[in-house]
Amino acid sequence: MEIPFTVAERPDTGLNNGKIGIWLFLASEVMLFGALFASYLMLRIGATVWPRGDSILNVPLATVNTIVLISSSVTMVMAWASLKRNDFGKFRLFQGLTILAGLCFLGIKYVEYSAKFHHGLLPSKNTFLAIYFTLTGLHGLHVIGGMVVNGYLWGPGAKLWKTDPEHFTNRVENSGLFWHFVDLVWIFLFPVLYLL
Amino acid sequence: MGDHADIDRQVRTYILVFVSLMALTIITVTISRFHLPVPAAVTVALIVACIKGGLVASYFMHLISERKLIYWVLGFTVACFFAVLLLPLWTHFDPILNH
Amino acid sequence: MATLETAPAHEAEHEHAEHQHLGFWRQYVFSTDHKVIGIQYAVTGLLFLLFGFGLVTLMRWQLAYPGRALPWLGKLLGDTRMPGGAMLPEFYNQLGAMHGTIMVFMGVVPLAVGGFGNFVLPLQIGAPDMAFPKINMASYWSYFLGGMTMLASFFVPGGAAQSGWTSYAPLSVIAGQGQTMWLFGMIFLITSSLLGSINFIVTTIQLRANGLSFFRLPFFVWSQLVTSFLLLLAFPPLEAAGVMQLMDRLGGSSFFMPSGLVVSGQVAAYTGGGNPLLWQHLFWFLAHPEVYVLILPAFGIVSEVIANNTRKPLWGYKIMVYSLWFLGFMSFIVWAHHMFFTGMGTTMATFFQTTTMIISIPSVVILSALFLSLWGGSIRFNTPMLFALAFLPMFGIGGLTGLPLGLSAADIPLHDTYYVIGHFHYVVAPGTIFALFAGIYHWFPKATGRKMSERLGKLHFWPSLIFINGIFMPMFILGLAGVSRRLYDGGASYDFAKPVLHWNVFMSISAWGLALAQIPFIINFFMSIKRGEKVGQNPWEATTLEWAAPSPPPHGNFTTAPVAYRGPYEYSVPGHPTDFTPQFLSAQQQATS
Repeated sequence: MEIPFTVAERPDTGLNNGKIGIWLFLASEVMLFGALFASYLMLRIGATVWPRGDSILNVPLATVNTIVLISSSVTMVMAWASLKRNDFGKFRLFQGLTILAGLCFLGIKYVEYSAKFHHGLLPSKNTFLAIYFTLTGLHGLHVIGGMVVNGYLWGPGAKLWKTDPEHFTNRVENSGLFWHFVDLVWIFLFPVLYLL
Repeated sequence: MGDHADIDRQVRTYILVFVSLMALTIITVTISRFHLPVPAAVTVALIVACIKGGLVASYFMHLISERKLIYWVLGFTVACFFAVLLLPLWTHFDPILNH
Repeated sequence: MATLETAPAHEAEHEHAEHQHLGFWRQYVFSTDHKVIGIQYAVTGLLFLLFGFGLVTLMRWQLAYPGRALPWLGKLLGDTRMPGGAMLPEFYNQLGAMHGTIMVFMGVVPLAVGGFGNFVLPLQIGAPDMAFPKINMASYWSYFLGGMTMLASFFVPGGAAQSGWTSYAPLSVIAGQGQTMWLFGMIFLITSSLLGSINFIVTTIQLRANGLSFFRLPFFVWSQLVTSFLLLLAFPPLEAAGVMQLMDRLGGSSFFMPSGLVVSGQVAAYTGGGNPLLWQHLFWFLAHPEVYVLILPAFGIVSEVIANNTRKPLWGYKIMVYSLWFLGFMSFIVWAHHMFFTGMGTTMATFFQTTTMIISIPSVVILSALFLSLWGGSIRFNTPMLFALAFLPMFGIGGLTGLPLGLSAADIPLHDTYYVIGHFHYVVAPGTIFALFAGIYHWFPKATGRKMSERLGKLHFWPSLIFINGIFMPMFILGLAGVSRRLYDGGASYDFAKPVLHWNVFMSISAWGLALAQIPFIINFFMSIKRGEKVGQNPWEATTLEWAAPSPPPHGNFTTAPVAYRGPYEYSVPGHPTDFTPQFLSAQQQATS
């Protein structure tokens, strides 16, 4: 027997399996980052001194990174909309831009990290830097994970478009949901770490 | 889901959301330059971040028109999120020494 | 992520036709069939249970006869563990920490959720497989890797983790390499349970058979659903805490390291500023819901066995379901009752003791409903039923002895004594593990097509019941006398403990007796695969959907897609010719039967 509702929606829930699956996954991610934000709060209120982010970190670079990541979210949703419009060429373009934006984000992050390492600002220096590296490092891993999936759907995974376009569109939508979540986490990380 | 006209309308919304997100980013960075006292700065930064996060979740992630089941799951998650965020904090501010 | 959408439609179509051609590796090792994965989980879980129990039988030697050389096994374990056969304190600590870790994370949960959940849940909802079969396979192999990492940690220099299964900082941060292995192992295990729980929830919501509305679901399915939500949302904070502890250990950060920490008379080389209580908060944020992850599947299994063998509907099925959800939700806001001793003020202590008292209500509701279900039934006292019946008072003892621990004042004299050990072992050992045995005897015919031997089953049950009480009942006496847990000599160096220490020998002999009592089970398990009595699709005359599939079910489970026509427990329906009316029996079939 075939597994039902891999593509079509189950009538009573109005959802397909993948959609619920990705949302459950994101729910657990909320708890993962939630616990780290809780740790940030506990460390900060327990600290005798807590540096303002912009006295250590590079705000202009992070602002650029915020803009890059938000833009990649728009290109991601445009990639999905292009598939909805049956325009596979546009999808390739927007999905490619999303991946490039991800690369750009990681590049800037690399510049930031190496400047920190160069000045001896390591996690062992103080708890602010420790939570900074943990949060941004884990977020960076999520960016890499999202890019791997997006890259797969841009390249070899796109073959599915020919045989089962609806299924492929769903996949792009679900990987998009993950990508937007990564963006959303950054939207909170940015003020918490850099601006406060 | 919707036809092409519907998608076109959605795409216009995405562009609008994008512009708002950019504007809010610039606003929050600009405010941070004034070096407000910490409580005020935290409040403003969190409000702006929540608006931005809300826009991404509502429009890019289509939460504004999602199924009831997803709302239930996320509601449960949000409750747990606040539990892990706030209960350790309250416990921290209630040390036995105060009594 | 797109990888969540496995098994594209075209592949699934061919799968049924192709499954005969699958090679040995794809069919039995890297299988995506939920039944094979369930059995893999169950067998691995049982082996870990045996291993974890083995660790504790060693500890019991040291507790009964502190410092005495263990005859031949002691020498076998080598000079770094038991020089001359006498146990080193470091090795005792490893045994304790790894016993807890293995039993909870690699024994009970994989067997209860990974094993029973995987095997039974899709069958009970009439599904051909789990929603994401490849993710299901990844879940098992991630668990396997985690388990192997933990086992390997015994062989690194300094041995396995020895900071207790709770791995409290700062002790765990300054501990040897075994702790790093423990953390990596936990990350694999957390990944595994994350993948598994997503799968269970999606499967339950999406793949229910026609007519199987939510309130027609067997109670076992509900218990697995709530359990999966607990795993999904409670584990990530521990993962975050694990990452931070790794940062502390490997990156030299000070998340959990306070300023001015002195280790062995020297100021520790950490910048400090961290918060050791943060670890406890994040750990117990997982570990309290984890307690319910251990017990809820047991409730589910016992409910199925009791309904089936009393030949009566479950008493208060809907109330039980509501209680289950309430229990699941409340379990997220009680955790700090493990932390009354951390300098918590009275306001928060009152908050946590109140939530703890509230959470006991739904547990009592479920247990009472199960007790009331026995009333007036014509009970079949077969082996699964005996284990299920023993579960009820044993879990009752475990639950009721927990109440004083949840009250912040009563917790003061009892905290970290043997009383605590007695309490939670009553919940998990004669509680959950007995329920798991009930489940093994109950669903063995479905998995193999043969029944397990009743005679050996009873030979397994009665000694187990007696010996297990012999181990844990005296722990309350020791605990009330004030003997602390985690003492290398069992309390021999404390004068006040002297009057009760003779119980240590009694408990150890009971533990070794319990080990011997498992031999009939092991023999029964392997013999019955080949020689057990052959059975048809519904040997227990049960009502739920898994009994509509052939025994053992083929790939894809059902010969025709089942339909649910009624609730899950229609036993002894007046006017019906048999005392059971299966969910899959239509009105016409019922009339002609």
